[in-house]
Amino acid sequence: MPTETPETRVEAGSLPEPERASGFSLDAEEVSIRGAIRAWFGKLRTGDPGALPSVLGLVVLVLLFSQVSDQFLSAYNIGNIPGQGAYIAVIAMGLVFVLLLGEIDLSAGTAGGACAAFAAVGVFKGSLHDGLPASLYWSIVVGLVLAIGLAIWVKTYAGAVVVAVGLVLVLTNQTQHLVPALIAAVCIGAAIGIFNGYLVAKVGIPSFVVTLALFLAWQGVLQFALSGQPVNTSNYDLWHELTYGRLSVTNSWIFVSVIVLGYVGYTVLRSVRAKAAGLAHETMSLVLTRGAALAAIAVVITAWASQNRNTNPFKVISGIPVPAAIAIVLMIGCTIALTKTTWGRHLYATGGNPEAARRAGIDVVHMKVTAFALCSAFGALGGIMLASSQSSASLDLGSGNVLLFSVAAAVIGGTSLFGGRGRPRDAILGALVIAIIPNGLLLRPSLDAQWQQVITGVVLLIAAAVDAISRRRAARG
Amino acid sequence: MTEPLLQISKLNKSFGPVHVLHDVDFDVYPGEVTALVGDNGAGKSTLVKCVAGINGIDSGEIRFEGRPVTIADPRDATALGIEFVYQDLALADNLDITQNMFLGRELRRFGSFLSDGAMERQARETLASLSVRTVSSVRQLVSSLSGGQRQTVAIARAVLWNSKIVFLDEPTAALGVAQTREVLDLVRRLADQGCGVVFISHNMNDVMEVADRVAALYLGRVAAEVRTKDTTTTQIVELITSGRSGDIGLAPAVASENI
Repeated sequence: MPTETPETRVEAGSLPEPERASGFSLDAEEVSIRGAIRAWFGKLRTGDPGALPSVLGLVVLVLLFSQVSDQFLSAYNIGNIPGQGAYIAVIAMGLVFVLLLGEIDLSAGTAGGACAAFAAVGVFKGSLHDGLPASLYWSIVVGLVLAIGLAIWVKTYAGAVVVAVGLVLVLTNQTQHLVPALIAAVCIGAAIGIFNGYLVAKVGIPSFVVTLALFLAWQGVLQFALSGQPVNTSNYDLWHELTYGRLSVTNSWIFVSVIVLGYVGYTVLRSVRAKAAGLAHETMSLVLTRGAALAAIAVVITAWASQNRNTNPFKVISGIPVPAAIAIVLMIGCTIALTKTTWGRHLYATGGNPEAARRAGIDVVHMKVTAFALCSAFGALGGIMLASSQSSASLDLGSGNVLLFSVAAAVIGGTSLFGGRGRPRDAILGALVIAIIPNGLLLRPSLDAQWQQVITGVVLLIAAAVDAISRRRAARG
Repeated sequence: MTEPLLQISKLNKSFGPVHVLHDVDFDVYPGEVTALVGDNGAGKSTLVKCVAGINGIDSGEIRFEGRPVTIADPRDATALGIEFVYQDLALADNLDITQNMFLGRELRRFGSFLSDGAMERQARETLASLSVRTVSSVRQLVSSLSGGQRQTVAIARAVLWNSKIVFLDEPTAALGVAQTREVLDLVRRLADQGCGVVFISHNMNDVMEVADRVAALYLGRVAAEVRTKDTTTTQIVELITSGRSGDIGLAPAVASENI
């Protein structure tokens, strides 16, 4: 065995030749708890701060607002935060796919608003065909057919299937029922994304311009769809529950146990397999310590959430909020897609170096179209969540600051605007930061609402600065 | 002498009225490093692109392991076992060494899920077989590597697929002394493993050191193909700049006709 001390690990590349760990000495070794901590500090130093800035920001804001109002840390208030931030988290998660490519989708918010409005009209009027202006209805049908054609042309077959499902639901008027209507809205979102991706990747219009134009256009479509009349969504139980529902106490424990045990089981299996194959692996003590820490946090949060948090004695509010569960499930799904599949690997590669990806035989157009389709589909889901939290598919659904807050959430969480770096987790952390600011400020009415924008802006600026500085450090090596 | 792996004969290529390659003959032998030298505009890149399937050919024949082949598409070249390492490397900085080596050709299980362990092992074995000692982990991000290490990864990616011929386009152009050393050693080891290596370079010291044979292009013609040990740097420089040197090279009439 080479005689390097473990201290050379994080310095590889910056030490003089003879001292550098070499000959793959690091590839067969065990990663202990100490080693993991050291590797984490090493990453910090070499310009990959990960979740640290957003977590620190969150801590600072929590400390700040706990001084602003003693209501802030009450269980009731904390329990409301997921519902207030979930739509931002969902839209931001979709944006992560597009930001990974170094592109942007400014239209995700308004496109999502329009999709949610279609669903609202479908269930409220009982028929999309009668509820929407005829020209708009047929435009949607033709648009969906075109999107299927485009998707097949750029070999995005999964996208074509999703859009086809939406087309069938629309044509068979299944949209009069709530669940099919919401599914159709997400499918229409995917179709919108396929057009975005086509215009960016094949036609070659910068994504900023394409989606800026559509950002404006979808606001108008939304008003056509609603014919100037907002639809109340709180009459539909399921739709209302998306924001205001809670898992029952039993279901909360089941939900948390499945996630924690799944994570621990996966990491244990990974460690055992890697050890058997002679690859670098985490020691069992590290895996179990981390698993135990996660389990402890999960148990504390769930136990806390299981108590009645309503100050009003007439109604019991307990259990994990549904929007939190939705965001967590989506995050896990997206993380698996990005880190464990070839599609995710190719997405990172395309974002990191499009030319390298092209030469490696990756279909860059296909990657862009799928990323935009996912982004808009998540936008539609975000629009649905937003309508739920506003209790209404309003005439300005998804416009205004929604998209900008979502981009800000992704960036605050650590996703880079330059492409190639970002995780679904970033969207959740960033959305928490964004949601906490108005929540905390509104608890003290003497603080004017203007502060909300100022503070959000400053937080975003700090996040962007962290991104730029860490990039420079990474480039310097 | 062994059979050439790749045999190009009487290759012609024009871009419109510009006749870029004239009756080019070029052979690549297994286990040898063939240097392809020539001034800017001599046709090196065009020749490489013809073999890579990026440019079509007007006339001439390409034989691979004795069989005539047509390379109409970059995938045809890859399928034959011909790999290209371009000057600008084509690595994704935000991915690690293993991920870059398998980019676009990932090993999978259960459909489209990545088989990271198997890829990591193969990447390590490939680098070890090339006696690469300067890389501490195949899970290191490419952004943290030096120029020489990047070049190493790019070359290792080319040999990962048991390729028979590797074209290296100016692999030492942007490297320091120690890193150049590293890459030249790697090129030599590649050939010693039985690979046919084509080494394109402007640096005569590197060429004289690592190549077994030198093919000098002069204005789209092969001025001469000589064995490195039978020649000198001066002679090669003359071949590059004037198409002839002493009694080897193009006939004086041919050499001057293009000017």
